[in-house]
Amino acid sequence: MQTLEELARAGEGRDLFEAVLEDDCRERGATREDSLSRMGALLEAMRRAQAGYDPTLRSGSGMAGGDGARMRRYARERGGVCGPFVGEVIAQAIEMGESNACMKRIVAAPTAGSCGVLPAVLLPYQRREGLRDEDVVRALYVAGAIGQAIATQASISGAEGGCQAEIGSASAMAAGALCYLGGGDAQAVCHAAAIALKSLLGLVCDPVAGLVEVPCVKRNAAGAMIAMMSADMALAGIRSAVPPDEVVLAMRDVGERMDASLRETGLAGTAGTPFGICMRERIQGGKATP
Amino acid sequence: MNLFDILGPVMVGPSSSHTAGAVRIGLAARALLGRGTPRRAHIALCGSFAATGRGHGTPRALIAGLLGMEPDDERIPDSPRLAREAGMDVSFGEEPLRGEHPNTARLHVEAADGETLDMTASSLGGGRIEVVEMNGLSVLFSGELPTLIVQNRDQPGCVSDVTGILAGEEVNIATMRLYRDHPGGSAVMVLEIDKPVAGEGLARLRAIEGVFSVTYLDARRAL
Ligand code: SF4
Repeated sequence: MQTLEELARAGEGRDLFEAVLEDDCRERGATREDSLSRMGALLEAMRRAQAGYDPTLRSGSGMAGGDGARMRRYARERGGVCGPFVGEVIAQAIEMGESNACMKRIVAAPTAGSCGVLPAVLLPYQRREGLRDEDVVRALYVAGAIGQAIATQASISGAEGGCQAEIGSASAMAAGALCYLGGGDAQAVCHAAAIALKSLLGLVCDPVAGLVEVPCVKRNAAGAMIAMMSADMALAGIRSAVPPDEVVLAMRDVGERMDASLRETGLAGTAGTPFGICMRERIQGGKATP
Repeated sequence: MNLFDILGPVMVGPSSSHTAGAVRIGLAARALLGRGTPRRAHIALCGSFAATGRGHGTPRALIAGLLGMEPDDERIPDSPRLAREAGMDVSFGEEPLRGEHPNTARLHVEAADGETLDMTASSLGGGRIEVVEMNGLSVLFSGELPTLIVQNRDQPGCVSDVTGILAGEEVNIATMRLYRDHPGGSAVMVLEIDKPVAGEGLARLRAIEGVFSVTYLDARRAL
């Protein structure tokens, strides 16, 4: 599906997931069973990646690792400002981002840098609500369709559109998925996505030393939080004043206006701070051995 | 982009372009050499691969691909050690880009029997790659569809022999491109096909007069 408008219309009077599944089968010439088992495998891979977090690992640069465990311990022992559920979401988002930085196996959703957002909202929510895997797989279809509409009209690449295109898109996808699981109709799902994307509009891609570590890991937690907030707003009946596809096009416009130094080149933003420059020199200054 | 370009691939981090794509580049070189694990490999990193590759594990990912690992193989970080165990000697260098995509690697690989391959490939993002140079010839293929790469001497009849055998195998050709350096010189045929060619069909292709090598490439697995 090319636009959120199309997605909203496709879901009128029927389960939105069914519409997306049909669309996928048509597009790839796949059978229903093929498609469902492939999506099921992705959910399983996400769960395994989550379970495989190793708190002792550090990335090659030394900048990423261990914070997920720190967050989890804090949330468990002290409850935290946001309470135990949100604490768990934050911990999972950070853990997945760290696993990615430490060369563990993850599921790009939509990119490797933003791989923590979707599982961090879906897996804890599934557990809390006692949902079946089947339901979460359906929500993944909804998330994927939102990502498709964004990729078609704008971009899901930080090099092209800044971090709003990566963490922003991941957050929009997660918001729509949560809204769907919370019983929202297709309209609400698209507005949840738009509210999330709008909240992250303008976010630049500024990885320190060009590595998917700082600020990427923590931005996964930010994307997850905004997804939950946006889903709740949409489920409460709040609508994005700007029509959803216009938000997507605004994201594209902002991405096009963004200076190249803020699109994954590792030159400005946090990458251009004295800390960022120092890290870049340390990492890129060495000799080329694996 | 289809639904599974958005969700997935399942891959070892941290970067789909610098890690997953790099594994696929290594895999493509291994397949095109067609002799299992090479004995020796020299890899020149270009552009962003040279600038930020090490932090993204790009060298380890390239080695892993040469060893036959897929992008989701959790042994990728350990590939330099595994290469030593497998008796593969790997060296790295850096070279400037020659107008290619910023994420590019040039590989020179050598099989135990002395057969060599030179290949330049770029990582386009999302784990997708394209091979842009092969043994000195400019080519262009991604391996996203099942792809046959036929290296041959540029001589009349070769193309029709190849398409004739494929027709006999009931394999439909989606696209076909020909590359050659000069008339009568070396040539490469790149055919994207709708379904894999069976082992017997490959053997018949290899037996064609003037054909040096036939490689079947399928860079995109189910997940
Ligand atoms: S800062 Fe750039 S590399 Fe990091 S997650 Fe955002 S888009 Fe990806």
